[in-house]
Amino acid sequence: MRRFVLRRAAYAALSLFLLSVTIFLFVRVTGDPTVLLVEPGASKADLEALRTDLGLDRSLLVQYGTFMRDLARGDFGRSFYYRTPVLELYVSRLPNSLFLAAAAMVFSLLIGIPSGIMAAVRVGGWWDRVGKIFALLGLSMPSFWVGLLLILFFSVYLGWLPSSGSGTVLHVLMPAFALGWYFAAAHMRLARSSMLEVLGSEYVKLARLKGLPEARVITKHAFKNALIPVLTLAGINLVLMVNVAFVVETVFAWPGIGRLLYEGIAFRDFPVVQATVLLGGSMIVVVNLVIDLLYAVIDPRIRYER
Amino acid sequence: MSASPATPTATTGTLAGWLPKLRTEGLPLVPIGILVVLAFLAIFAELIAPYNPEIGSLSQRFKPPAWVAGGSTEYLLGTDHIGRDVLSRLIFGARVSMVVGFMAVFIAGVVGSTLGILSGYLGGWVDQVIMRVTDTWLALPGLTFAIFLAAIVGPSEWNIVIILGSVYWTRYARVIRGEVLSLRERDFVRLAIVAGCSKWTIMRRHLLPNVANTAIVLATLMLGVVVVSEAALSFLGVGVPPPKPAWGLMLADGKKGLMAGYWWLTVFPGVCIVLLVLAANLLGDWLRVKFDPQLRQL
Repeated sequence: MRRFVLRRAAYAALSLFLLSVTIFLFVRVTGDPTVLLVEPGASKADLEALRTDLGLDRSLLVQYGTFMRDLARGDFGRSFYYRTPVLELYVSRLPNSLFLAAAAMVFSLLIGIPSGIMAAVRVGGWWDRVGKIFALLGLSMPSFWVGLLLILFFSVYLGWLPSSGSGTVLHVLMPAFALGWYFAAAHMRLARSSMLEVLGSEYVKLARLKGLPEARVITKHAFKNALIPVLTLAGINLVLMVNVAFVVETVFAWPGIGRLLYEGIAFRDFPVVQATVLLGGSMIVVVNLVIDLLYAVIDPRIRYER
Repeated sequence: MSASPATPTATTGTLAGWLPKLRTEGLPLVPIGILVVLAFLAIFAELIAPYNPEIGSLSQRFKPPAWVAGGSTEYLLGTDHIGRDVLSRLIFGARVSMVVGFMAVFIAGVVGSTLGILSGYLGGWVDQVIMRVTDTWLALPGLTFAIFLAAIVGPSEWNIVIILGSVYWTRYARVIRGEVLSLRERDFVRLAIVAGCSKWTIMRRHLLPNVANTAIVLATLMLGVVVVSEAALSFLGVGVPPPKPAWGLMLADGKKGLMAGYWWLTVFPGVCIVLLVLAANLLGDWLRVKFDPQLRQL
């Protein structure tokens, strides 16, 4: 088990290292950032001075070395555009992203779990059929289009909700629903299948044999156990939500991490892009590592696999 | 619906009647129908579309659909912010979505399946290298990665194909590798080794045909993902460049008229995207159950 943990952790570290190299090279291929930073009509000497100032005149290897050395000290560098430490920018946007993701998660669980459980309790019933259509639609409707439709209905037609920006609870409702919609379908599918599995198990049969009323069997015995895989997936999806939200963020002008990254790419703000991608990548890699290890704890066969 | 199984003549006029040799039982007619119609529109767009999709007349801006007050039958689904016919743009948009979708899925499939077979059969350091690269790729959400690549190579229809192809091969590589790992222990592969086949021959002649089913099922399911990604990229302005009629681009243009209540510019392109993705997902689900019961967990 110890060897397994060490190997998995080494793999995770290796992918993060490869990611840092990849992203470092990729941002530099997008073009020269200085052209976007100076006033139009700036002289060649000004451009050169700026390049030296930003450290872009040095060789790639030296630049990467500096980047990694600073990174080791927890310093992500300064934004070319805002001229402030990237970490500050990131931390100032993170609460917005987390708030949006949390709200989206609440939506997706509130829709996904009850409808999945109800579908499993009466397989083939009308609710199961409606649920199937809903799950298919959820997986087929792009989140940004759902967002646009929501704006059309609630902001333009009814005039109830603000169409963009952030600040109040009202602002988060539509982006959260648009983002949570896709995940609601995924959570519903899993809730249904795990509930079905639990309902077929021995202890549920025993509970029924004891003569417990069906409602009690479902709420007391089956529901709790069926919830475990759904909540596990929800945990993974929360990390994913923070990192895939930027299309929805764009639709609603929500100031989250996704927009920071998008602006970073557009302005060729290398430190911002490197930091957001690496931090997002680390979250995903760590979550994947934890899942791998959890599976290995649960199922010993995985540990001995090469 | 009154036709009984005892009267086979009753089936003439249905698809089952036309194709007696094919097993059409349980064939998902709805998704196939949607895909056929969209493919037909995409191929014969020039003949079907009433107007040029890229040229509008400014005097005809923001005309609503024909059945709404102020609309006319001249422009059945209305016009956009520079007076282009929405219906014509949707028809030509089918071409963009289908070309990008199919080509990107094809590229992803070829790259991913090749790497998956190599990784699974050769094992050792080849496997290590390919799987570590796959892990790195997966650490970046697909769409973020795609936006990145789009910023590097610049937006064009063919660049998008290559970008989406190079982002979405990882799933093939993983699944096909797993399949090959179990296939390589099977007797026919061992016998092929005994018979003196080269590794290349074994991979090409014995493994490839056996993972083809899986690859096709995956391709169908990936089509939906790729179409949505293309729409998202175009929506963000880093996908298919204007004035090309792509559905995602139409949604981006439609956002200009959103607050003014020009709903047709937002609703119709989205419906088209959903129809295509829905058809791909339905067909993929059906194929998965039909071809490959093991993949049900996917």
